[in-house]
Amino acid sequence: MKNRGWLFLIPAIAILAISAFIPLMTVINYSLHYIFAGSDPTFVGFENYIEVLRDPAFLKALGRQLIFSTMILVVEIPLGIAIALAMPKRGIGATISLVLLGIPLLIPFNVVGIIARVLTHSSVGLIPGFFALFNYNFNVALDPLDAYMTIFILDVWHWTPLVALLCYAGRQAIPDAFYQAAQIDGASAWKTFRYVTLPKLRSVLIIGFLLRFMDSFKIYAEPLLLTGGGPGDATTFLSLHVARKAESYQLGYAGASSAIYLFIVIVFSYIFFQLMTNIGKGENQ
Amino acid sequence: MRKRHLFLILYLIVLFFPIYWMINTSLKTDNEILKELTFIPKDLTFKNYVEIFTSSLWRNSFLNSIFYVCLNVIISLIAAVPAAYAFSRWKFRGSHHLFFWLLTNRMAPAAVFMVPFTELYYTLHIYDTHLAVALAHCLFNIPLAIWILEGFMSGIPREIDETAFIDGYSFARFFNKVFFPLIAPGIGVAAFFCFTFSWIELILAKALTVTHAKPVVVTLTVGIGAEGVRWGLLAAAGVLTMVPGAIVVYFVRNYMAKGFALGRV
Repeated sequence: MKNRGWLFLIPAIAILAISAFIPLMTVINYSLHYIFAGSDPTFVGFENYIEVLRDPAFLKALGRQLIFSTMILVVEIPLGIAIALAMPKRGIGATISLVLLGIPLLIPFNVVGIIARVLTHSSVGLIPGFFALFNYNFNVALDPLDAYMTIFILDVWHWTPLVALLCYAGRQAIPDAFYQAAQIDGASAWKTFRYVTLPKLRSVLIIGFLLRFMDSFKIYAEPLLLTGGGPGDATTFLSLHVARKAESYQLGYAGASSAIYLFIVIVFSYIFFQLMTNIGKGENQ
Repeated sequence: MRKRHLFLILYLIVLFFPIYWMINTSLKTDNEILKELTFIPKDLTFKNYVEIFTSSLWRNSFLNSIFYVCLNVIISLIAAVPAAYAFSRWKFRGSHHLFFWLLTNRMAPAAVFMVPFTELYYTLHIYDTHLAVALAHCLFNIPLAIWILEGFMSGIPREIDETAFIDGYSFARFFNKVFFPLIAPGIGVAAFFCFTFSWIELILAKALTVTHAKPVVVTLTVGIGAEGVRWGLLAAAGVLTMVPGAIVVYFVRNYMAKGFALGRV
């Protein structure tokens, strides 16, 4: 009786076996072998892992990735909350803003990349044209910082609506009575936000935070289309670095680096998950 | 109050500027795009759109995308609805760890799974079919759908289930007549997100298709060809990729407004 829950999980587990578990095991298997096209793979134990961890290119990509994901979270989460709070609670205004927020999410990654290339085109793009007014030569193909910031702003533009939608959903579920009580107590706007809104948004914020963290780690198509990871390696994020190795058929290296990648993301997500489920638990009761 | 609305309106303008720019570019001639910066097309042309609509390559790839995305939404929901029900109703042995394990699938870097997916689907003889892409996208959509639906279902009191069973409803009848209508908004929201993430995914869709199921996102990258980039054509195709999404948003707009509010908070 108690364990019949497993029966309901059979379809999900069966499909994930094909689309997640078997591929993952294959990747782990690659990571333990030396694979060269045309010959049989030889078992090499953890040698690939040692090679990856000693590779400065991997470590640099990892560092760049961690900084990027941190920036994403620091900007997108507060901005998303602010937008959600600015949205009307009901009526036609709410519907219009919801629909408008939903549309950017539905733009394919490579279309986002194309938009970025059109906007940053070195001779006729709008952004270089704008910066030229201030005598600044904006060029994503030459200046690493310009390319990095373009990818960053692109991601903020594309994905903040997701955080805003989640926070809006969370806020809709807070009964008006809570706000009336805060008003009677004479709470300031900041205190109302801090002690009423924020604790109630906790669980949607956990979802938003984890989704943005996991997905920002997967950033791939935008830097690939904008500059191909350049200039130099300025926008070669972790996924791009690993995918290059897989494409050039260095499967041992690619397997080991993706296992390390996955390990890092899971550890971080688990820590976030635990921390955020525990923070403010007391306040909520 | 006023300041808040001003902020929202400003944000929405910024949000829509890139989309406006894309529409603007798609209505220009290639010559104008590369010559000067204009906010409104000087000589308006629909040539780019005509080219897409008359080319069977573009038409087929749009249809392919729509087909595998819908297939993925259906598969994801069929797998996720019972799983989410189990997680929301019972604390069974290992349920906590299993829930986290399901989420970790979403973290898997798609770029790395290309090679194993290709090999596996070759062996299963489904390489270059719509089913292959739809199944591969389950990697990140099933965890997400379970996550969203679990939230919605937890918001529905358990007493409803118990009352229905006391009244002699069979499980199937309870699910169809009582439970399903209650979580319909949640299913709408989950379907919206599955549609979104499958529609915009590029890496796996590219790796798993050659010709038969080639999606529009791949056709788009081909447009960046050797004889210079045809920005007008790419922009027009980009605009068209937003259309199915916009239609979906229109249909789920009420669920998004009302349905979201039911989630577990």
